[in-house]
Amino acid sequence: MTQPGNPSPEAGPTSARPTAASLPVVALDGAVTLLGGFPALAGADLRVQPGEIVLLEGPNGAGKSTLLRLCAGLAPLQQGSGRVLDNDLSDRVGRRRVRRAVGLLGHQTSLYDELTVEQNVRFWARANRAVDTDIEPALERLGIGGRLRDVPVSGLSAGQRRRTALAVIVCRRPHLWLLDEPHAGLDRAGRDLVDDLVRQAVAHGATVMLSSHELDRATELATRIVTVAGGRPLERGPSPEPGPGSARTCTGSADAA
Amino acid sequence: MLRDAWLIASKDLRVEWSSKVLTGQVLPFGVLVLILFGFGISPDRRVVEAPERAVLEQVAPGLFWMAVLLSALLALGRSFAIESVDGNLDALKLTGLDPAGIFLGKGLAVWLELVALEVVLGAGAFLLYGAPLGHPGLLAVTVAATTTSVAAAGTLYAALASGLRVRDTLVPLLVLPVLAPVLLGATLATEAALFGPAGDGWPWAGFLGAFALLYLGAGILSFGPLLEET
Repeated sequence: MTQPGNPSPEAGPTSARPTAASLPVVALDGAVTLLGGFPALAGADLRVQPGEIVLLEGPNGAGKSTLLRLCAGLAPLQQGSGRVLDNDLSDRVGRRRVRRAVGLLGHQTSLYDELTVEQNVRFWARANRAVDTDIEPALERLGIGGRLRDVPVSGLSAGQRRRTALAVIVCRRPHLWLLDEPHAGLDRAGRDLVDDLVRQAVAHGATVMLSSHELDRATELATRIVTVAGGRPLERGPSPEPGPGSARTCTGSADAA
Repeated sequence: MLRDAWLIASKDLRVEWSSKVLTGQVLPFGVLVLILFGFGISPDRRVVEAPERAVLEQVAPGLFWMAVLLSALLALGRSFAIESVDGNLDALKLTGLDPAGIFLGKGLAVWLELVALEVVLGAGAFLLYGAPLGHPGLLAVTVAATTTSVAAAGTLYAALASGLRVRDTLVPLLVLPVLAPVLLGATLATEAALFGPAGDGWPWAGFLGAFALLYLGAGILSFGPLLEET
């Protein structure tokens, strides 16, 4: 499963400072995010402990993507408090630190159509201060190291684009993986690969939050499930001890706030 | 900062080289503008030995810089259009790259593209309008300072508009009024470089240098907050 030299899972996160084991990786209290005047997050409370794989599930428009973007330091925190990796999200310096320490796979892949697969991964890896020697293993790990490496991204399928974006995150070695629909557009082998990457990342000290509509697969992967509805994550009960196979706290569906 | 700037500039140039937009669209557009200006001012080539030719020579600096400026709008719009698709701007924010480095890198890429454009358009202007070259030193300083002014101010305003849906039409509206004094200074300095006396051109070259430094400084200082808002 694991190949020698694979960057992220074996070596673990490198960006920014390590998180103290006692501190939650994500701590949101009454977090409000307005997008165009609309409360995309309406008083979100959430704790994520180190080593957890938290699945965010809920209907379209519930606020899952906004929650992930808030945790990445990209969406604004207008009310309430929020800390990610012990950095304050309401503070510009804190947000910049958070951004450097997380890996976000959004709906968009953040690739330049005109550049080849390798040129894209190489650019983003260097921009993220990744080690050059991590690039080649990441390309191989994601199955894009063969003839695909020299193909312009504009010529790739949706799944191949997704793999390229994942290779960037693998090079980045984030402390916190934020994956928005990571299985979307991937074939069965690709979805298995995503699950392997997530498990290996957690095994080497990272924490993962993901949203997915592939609930069977994602439920199997997650150590905890949080339902998001009406811009609020709805948790019942404490978080379980981190680690694969730990008990899950499943929430039921809930009313909008 | 400089490392980040070079990373961004080399990526932008690679994107432009692969897309062929500069050679296939921006450059032909500039050449067309140059030719059409020539047609507009001296429509009948049979009378070029007559006073019209002298007029064409006299207005050559202004026509050249107008052609450069209009072509630059395409290059500037393109510089941030490639970041506005597929979430690239968010990904740039997540890198932790120095915002000042991003500004300088974007500006450097535009600067190099404009210099390439100016070499071709300058040769075209020489052939079409037949302007003499009196003071090459003054001309080189004028070209460098004007190009830096256009690249720096243009990059700043293109970034400002990059998060908006109307960015394609907004960039010219923002950039052209700001660059009007640059066009004036560049035209007068170039006139002095071509026809002399050179002493008339140096104050304008100094003005262009000051404008370039002003916008370089403004970009370096303000690009971080600007990036936050886009």
